[in-house]
Amino acid sequence: MNINATLIGQFIAFFVFVWFVMKYVWPPLINVLNERKQTIADGLAAAERGKNQQVLAEQHAAEVIHEAKGRAAEILAKAEKRASEIVEEAKDAARTEGDRIKAAANAEIEQEVSRAREQLRGQVVSLAVVGAGKVLKRELDAKTHDDLLQDLVAQL
Amino acid sequence: MASETLTSTEYIKHHLTNLTYGQFPDGHWGLAHSAAEAKAMGFWAINVDSMAWSLVLGLFFFFLFRSVAKKVTAGVPGGMQNFIEWIIEFIDTSVRGSFTGNNPLIAPLALTVFMWIWLMNFMDLIAVDLLPQLFALFGVHFLKVVPSTDPNITFGMSIAVFWLILYYSVKRKGVGGFVGELSLMPFQAKNKVVQGLFIPVNLLLEGVSLIAKPVSLALRLFGNMYAGEMIFILIAIMYGAGWAMGAFAGVLQLGWAIFHILIITLQAFIFMTLTIVYMDMAHQEHH
Repeated sequence: MNINATLIGQFIAFFVFVWFVMKYVWPPLINVLNERKQTIADGLAAAERGKNQQVLAEQHAAEVIHEAKGRAAEILAKAEKRASEIVEEAKDAARTEGDRIKAAANAEIEQEVSRAREQLRGQVVSLAVVGAGKVLKRELDAKTHDDLLQDLVAQL
Repeated sequence: MASETLTSTEYIKHHLTNLTYGQFPDGHWGLAHSAAEAKAMGFWAINVDSMAWSLVLGLFFFFLFRSVAKKVTAGVPGGMQNFIEWIIEFIDTSVRGSFTGNNPLIAPLALTVFMWIWLMNFMDLIAVDLLPQLFALFGVHFLKVVPSTDPNITFGMSIAVFWLILYYSVKRKGVGGFVGELSLMPFQAKNKVVQGLFIPVNLLLEGVSLIAKPVSLALRLFGNMYAGEMIFILIAIMYGAGWAMGAFAGVLQLGWAIFHILIITLQAFIFMTLTIVYMDMAHQEHH
């Protein structure tokens, strides 16, 4: 238990070890610890953020669904309205078309009637002339009595 | 385990003698063969056993931590890395708790102090006769396996800490500031003459408290470890006194060893904490 040069040896060894530990051991280890601490903190923060975002996303989704439902109802109402409009329009068009066809048919009928009348009149005139001729037993001069005949035709 | 030819006194003395290498009074160099011869070698001798165990344990500590530091990962740590990280975390917390300044030396210093002293103290838990008997087979006639029971080792470390205290005190406060801290406190006076009278008193008080730091650090560790080892040696003597005493000694040894696990850790922790606190004091400026 004498105090001797061992003291100096330990003194030097102490500084050497402290220096080596400071240079090669402590920094990598403490860096890794801090890095992991940071990673965990980041992870927790991200989880918190994710939770908030989920809540926001749910709110947003609810809003979107609500809006979509509203718009669907609107579109449905519009479509119904449009459908009834189309039906009305079709009805109107059909009615107009029917009227037009009826009018055309009437006009045609009128034409046919008047044409038939003209024909009939012509035939009646010639029949009358023939009949009159036979009755009078003499031949009438068609030319001489043309104005008479015309007058007769007009009376038919 | 004391052999028949040894008396208890001789046994104890044998266990407390370092393997010393130095210069004999007649001029040649060699290993001392007795405590008296070792004493005669004076200061320029070296306790080969203390020094060697101290270095072996220091290197063990360094390479253990270095091997982990080399392949350390910030991801999921493995078993060994977990263990090392646990120690690093513990040291880091202690340093943050006590040291308020900013100095990259303090945490590695605390780690080295704690682990190295703990390993040196741990040698105490190895059966007292195991290593000396083993080395005796190779002709090593003295072997103290616990470096921290050698005051040279504890003083070597505490004086190193003392140097750091002086270095950082002067670096932070300047020579004037440090001397001022030693001479102008704790007694202060407005009157210049009275203050002048206080200076020697303050110097004495502060000087004593400054010197007490390394001395108390070294002696506390040395005293605890030395006493602990002495009790292990005394218990070991009981093994030679019949089977009843031997059985009793076995129980005692187990109990003391379990208790000693606490002591070795506590002493390493105290040395480390005081080192941090002294460093903190050296960094702080008083006004």
